[in-house]
Amino acid sequence: MQVTLRNPKRTITVDGPVRVSALLARLDINRESVLVIRNQTLVPGDAVLADSDAVEIRPVISGGSGT
Amino acid sequence: MIDVPRHNANFCAPHFLDHCREQVRRAISHWHMLQPGDRVLVAVSGGKDSLALWDLLVDLGYEAVGLYLGLGIGDYSDESGAYAREFAAGRGLELLEVDLRDEYGFDVPSAAKATKRVPCSACGLSKRHLFDAAALEGGFDAVATGHNLDDEAAVLFGNVLHWDAEYLGRQLPVLDARPGFPKKVKPLVRLAERETAAWCVLRGIEYQVEECPMAAGNSHLGYKEALNLIERESPGTKAHFYFAFLDRIAPRFDQTDAKDSLRTCASCGAPTSGEVCAFCKLVERATRAGVRGVPVRIEIR
Repeated sequence: MQVTLRNPKRTITVDGPVRVSALLARLDINRESVLVIRNQTLVPGDAVLADSDAVEIRPVISGGSGT
Repeated sequence: MIDVPRHNANFCAPHFLDHCREQVRRAISHWHMLQPGDRVLVAVSGGKDSLALWDLLVDLGYEAVGLYLGLGIGDYSDESGAYAREFAAGRGLELLEVDLRDEYGFDVPSAAKATKRVPCSACGLSKRHLFDAAALEGGFDAVATGHNLDDEAAVLFGNVLHWDAEYLGRQLPVLDARPGFPKKVKPLVRLAERETAAWCVLRGIEYQVEECPMAAGNSHLGYKEALNLIERESPGTKAHFYFAFLDRIAPRFDQTDAKDSLRTCASCGAPTSGEVCAFCKLVERATRAGVRGVPVRIEIR
């Protein structure tokens, strides 16, 4: 499957099927800091991603002076 | 479907949206942030928190007007402004704009260079001053900012690490209006930033996903990362840390506000402890230095 990451934006290829929680662990990403979006839809940590899925791992952490 | 470990729950989309509305409604009610029919000025950055906040306040029936500040941070500011304008135009909402370069002759990168302080310092100072001024001038009942649970927990973590009693005493989700200052409210404090981002995705709100290039590596982000490591192993820790502070610890700090004894800035009329306010000093230093066109590093996307 194609997995899009941010900061900087890039795409990697990962073999499926794989559980979301396992994918995040493999990429050393804390699920508290991201949303996982499959084919434009949010998916929880126990969802299984298929080889044909397009997945975005979107960071949610923002910093700075805050608005 | 989204999982929210601190509530030990998976939500479907409609119930997650209801959950967000309820959390904001409870925050507004519990801390007496707003009254029905209040006119609110929303501090809008084009990011997920401020656009989710604006959307939620309108959804809950408040008259909410946005204010976007053009900070002059390269392409990042251009994109952020575009997201804010797109959101407002798509919903028929009023968006006010102030551009630091056009109206004050400086931008955040040049101000940081002139003052030799971190960019977030000049950015935060400018935002506080200009949002306060706009709210007072426009007769708004309150200024609402998109600070979420993660923001407040991280700020609290930093203040505790430094035992900064003055900041700890003021770290409240609502600050009442005082002479020269509007009421300030943080209706998102019961939502984690993962939840505000999910609200945007589910509501079809396009927002600036990339992090501000000037915030990279700042201590605030480091505190968030540290807290998220704890949260992963012990869901609910951030919420407990922050809300227990508000319930049990914050009342122990001296709430006497030094703002009661402030005088008026000789330049702009804003409240200040000195002759000239911090924002006017910043404008004077930044424009005198004449350092325009400071390069901003943008990640390749």
